[in-house]
Amino acid sequence: MLVYLIRRLLWMPILLLIIALLTFAIGLYGPGDPIQQRLGTRSNPEAVARLRAELGLDRPFLMQYGEYVGKAVRGDFGESITLFPGKPIRELLAGRLWVSLQINLVALLLGAFFGIPIGIVAALFRNTPLDYFLMFGIVLAISFPTFVLLPILMWLFIEQIPLLGVGWGGLLSSKAILPISVLSLGPLAVYARQTRANLAEVLEQDFIRTARGKGLSETTVLLRHALRNAMIPLITIFGLMLGGLVSGSFITETLLGIPGIGRLGVDAFYARDYPIIMALTLLIAVGYAVANLLVDLLYAYADPRIRVQ
Amino acid sequence: MFQQRPPVATQRPAAQGSAAWRRFWQRYRRNKFAVLGAVIVLLFVMVGLFAPWLAPYSYTEQELTNTQAAPSLAHPFGTDRLGRDQFSRLIWGARTALIVAPATVIVGLTLGLVLGSAAGFFGGWVDQLVMRVSDVLFAFPGLLFAILLAATVQPRIEGWLSQYEALKPFVRSGYAEFFVVIFALSMVGWPGLARLIRGQILALREQPFVEAAHAIGVPPWRILLRHLLPNALTPVIVSVSMGLGGAILAESTLSFFGIGIQPPTASWGAMIFANFSFWRQPSALWLVWAPGLVVGSLVFAFNFIGDGLNEALGR
Repeated sequence: MLVYLIRRLLWMPILLLIIALLTFAIGLYGPGDPIQQRLGTRSNPEAVARLRAELGLDRPFLMQYGEYVGKAVRGDFGESITLFPGKPIRELLAGRLWVSLQINLVALLLGAFFGIPIGIVAALFRNTPLDYFLMFGIVLAISFPTFVLLPILMWLFIEQIPLLGVGWGGLLSSKAILPISVLSLGPLAVYARQTRANLAEVLEQDFIRTARGKGLSETTVLLRHALRNAMIPLITIFGLMLGGLVSGSFITETLLGIPGIGRLGVDAFYARDYPIIMALTLLIAVGYAVANLLVDLLYAYADPRIRVQ
Repeated sequence: MFQQRPPVATQRPAAQGSAAWRRFWQRYRRNKFAVLGAVIVLLFVMVGLFAPWLAPYSYTEQELTNTQAAPSLAHPFGTDRLGRDQFSRLIWGARTALIVAPATVIVGLTLGLVLGSAAGFFGGWVDQLVMRVSDVLFAFPGLLFAILLAATVQPRIEGWLSQYEALKPFVRSGYAEFFVVIFALSMVGWPGLARLIRGQILALREQPFVEAAHAIGVPPWRILLRHLLPNALTPVIVSVSMGLGGAILAESTLSFFGIGIQPPTASWGAMIFANFSFWRQPSALWLVWAPGLVVGSLVFAFNFIGDGLNEALGR
C-alpha cells in the first residue's frame, strides 16, 4: 500500500508536467495569433515584434515552457493577452473559481441527495412499473443535453413566467436555481443508475441471504449489509465528479451569464487567449489528479479487500 | 489507477451460430425500451441513408422572403434565419450524425481494443505505457482537449489535403471537417475503452480455460484473439452503444465552440447553436427545439439499447 501510494505521489507531478507541455504546445502552435488579435490584423510589424518580445513569445519553446511551469507552480499563470489585456490571470480566476465551485458543488450534492434514494427505490422495486418509470425518467433527463434543456427552461421560467433570471446574485438568490438544477441532472442520473445497479447486484449475494436467514429485519439487511457494500463504487464516481467539478459548466454559465470559470473559458477560447485556456486546463487537471488520488485512498479505507492487496 | 472492480465476464466460451442469435434476441426483446430504442435508431439510419430522396428541399436552398417562418404545410418545421427549410436540414443532419458517430466510435474502439488488450495481455512496460498515456488523456478535461485539438488540427489537415489537386473539391465540400471532428472525439474516447478491455483481459487471464489453452500449447496471439477477446466483449459492446449517443452529443458540443462541422453542412449541434442565443424569441425557440429533440431522442435510444444489450448479453 505504501509503495503504491509513493508511486502515485511521484507520478502526479510528472502527469501534470506532461499535461502542461501538451497544453503549452497546443497554445503555441494553435490557430489564431494572440498578438494579431490584440493589435488587429493591419498592425505595424514593428509593434507586433515589440509586443512579442515584451511578452517573451519570441524565445525558444523549451525556455518559454520552463518559465511557465516555474511560475505556475507558484500560482502565477501570467497575464491575459486579448480578453483582459495585461490583467494577471490569477486575479481573473480567483473570484470566478469561487462562483463555479459553489454552483457545481451544490449541484453535485443535490444530485447525490436525490439520485441515491431514487436508485435505492428502483433497486428494491426492480422490474416493476415503478422501477421502469424511474429509470425511464432518468435516461430521459440525461439524454437531453444542457444546451437543449436550458433554452427551453429559460424561455419558460424567465420569459413566460418571470420567476427566475439570468446573471449571478449569489448562491441564495433565485438566479442560482436554474443553473444548479440543470447541472445537478447529470450527477443525479449517474447516482441513480449506479446505486440501482450496485444495490441490485449486492442484494443477490449470499451474505444477504445469510443476513435474512439469521432473522435480521429487512431494514437492517438493507442499511447495514446491502447499502454499505453498494456504496463503495459510488466513492469513485463522487471523487471523479468532484475533480471535474469546474469543467462541467461551460455552456450553462455562458448561456445564463454566470461569471464563473466556465464562461471565462468560453470567452477565452473565442478570443484565443491561450494563457487563460492553459491556466484553466491545468487547474482542471490538478483537480482531477488530486481527486483521483483521494478516491484511491478512500477506497482502500472503505474496502478492506483492497487494503490487503 | 483507481481500483475499479472489473465487471464479471461471461465464463463460457462465446456460443456460435443462429441459436445464439435467437437466444440473444429473445432476451433483448424483453426490455421494451431497448426495442423502442432500436426502432428509433433504425429509423434515423433510414432517414440518413435516404436523405436526398426524403428531404423536400436541399439543405442549402434559401427562401430569402420567408425567413424564420412558423411551421406550415410547405415547411413542416418552419424555416431558419436564412430561410432554409428546417425539416430538410434535420433530415440531412441525420446523415452527418450517421457519419460522425459510428466513425468516432470505430476509431476509438480500434485504438481501445488494440492498446487495451496489448496492455492487459503483455503487461510490463507495454501496460505501463498505455496506462500512463491514458492517465494523461483522462486528466486532460475531455471537452477542452477535443476543442483544442480540433482548433489546432483543422487548418493543418485542410491545408495538407488541399495540396493535392484531386482532393480540393473534397475539402471544399466540407467533408474534410468530418475527419477533424472524428479524430478529436476518438482521441478523447479511446482511453476509457482501453481501460475497460484491459480490466477484462486481466480478469480473464487467470481463468482455468486460458491456463488450459496455454497448457495444450495454443500460441499466445491465438489465446488473445480466440479465448480472451470474445469473452471480454460484453461490456465493450454496451459501452460502444452508449458511446454512439455520446459521440452525437460531443459533436454538438464542438459546434458550440464554433469548430467541427461548419455550415452550410447540416449538423444538429450547429443548428441548435445558431439559434440558441435568441432564446427570448418564440421562433428561435422552435428552431432550437426541433434539432434538440432529435439529438435527445437519438441519445435516449442509444442509452436504452445499451441497457438492453447489457441484459441480453449478461449472465
